[in-house]
Amino acid sequence: MKRIYADLHLRPNSKDPEHVSQIINKASRLGYRLISLAFPSNLAEEEIRRLVDVSKEAKIDLASRVDLKPRTPRELIHGLRRFRRRFEIVAVICESKNVARQAAKDRRVDLLNFPSLDFRNRFFDKAEAELASKGLASLEIDMKPLLILEGPVRIRLLSNLRRETSIAQDFHVPIVISSGVSDGLLMRKPRELAALASLFDLDEASAMEAVSRNPLAIVKRNRDKLSSRFVAPGIRIVRRGKDC
Amino acid sequence: MKSVRRRYLALEIDSDELFDSREFMDAVWSAVLRLYGEYGASCAGLALIDYDMEKRFAVIRTVHTAVDMVRTALASITRIGNKPVAIHILTVSGTIKSLYKKATK
Repeated sequence: MKRIYADLHLRPNSKDPEHVSQIINKASRLGYRLISLAFPSNLAEEEIRRLVDVSKEAKIDLASRVDLKPRTPRELIHGLRRFRRRFEIVAVICESKNVARQAAKDRRVDLLNFPSLDFRNRFFDKAEAELASKGLASLEIDMKPLLILEGPVRIRLLSNLRRETSIAQDFHVPIVISSGVSDGLLMRKPRELAALASLFDLDEASAMEAVSRNPLAIVKRNRDKLSSRFVAPGIRIVRRGKDC
Repeated sequence: MKSVRRRYLALEIDSDELFDSREFMDAVWSAVLRLYGEYGASCAGLALIDYDMEKRFAVIRTVHTAVDMVRTALASITRIGNKPVAIHILTVSGTIKSLYKKATK
């Protein structure tokens, strides 16, 4: 069966519709069948619908995503309450340990993203992985820093990513590899993203899952949950009407 | 002596700018060198087979054990000189003949 590839973190300039269309078309040309754009949380429903239409024209599936960047766990919970039912993917940018811990254990969070290049401010350790393994969150790795950094900073980043992916695998936390780019020339084919993952010792099979099966599973799970037929995990409405 | 199994890679050079073959190969070599060092680069057996500046198309050769390494190095290239670029692998093949057949499909 042919693999379906996904990139869950594209960041085009949402104020420039032409740029957004370019990025969507390029993703389609590079072989992706599912993408997600990081929408601003206040993006109008009509705009989301317009982007879905653009994606349909490019023969690509678009999932809505919001990036939450809370400063405190309370802010995170508030954000989740507000946005969980509006977006298909909820990612949390973890910039403090408290937020990272809360995000890992909250089952409404899909992706944990650790953007910091400072080793002390990356909180994906064994405790975090254990919490995430009991919840539903996956570890998201953006490839953009690997492409734009050079020298000692990149070496340090690779060393951090090697440690984090190894912990994630030990605790069976799914890994999702995304591009995280806003520039079309930094976009890579799915196989190329997987190849870059070999730099932090992620084996080929796991890397391919990280660009295909793992992101697809997140979107499928959330679409099921957001559908009007969903009642609870394992329970869904199959038929409505007087004869039921 | 054991014969060397080779792989040919057809590449698309994605950029608004044009580069000559020397600039292109310098970028490939330096990407391999940066990520895998001189020992890694020496194992890659890299060579430029074909280069079409206008069509932004290139064919390079490597040894079959170094395909993944070359794939990673090519993906890491973001600039040639000071101009932004992306290099995408179109197809990989064991012979030049089948490479062109696959690439033109």
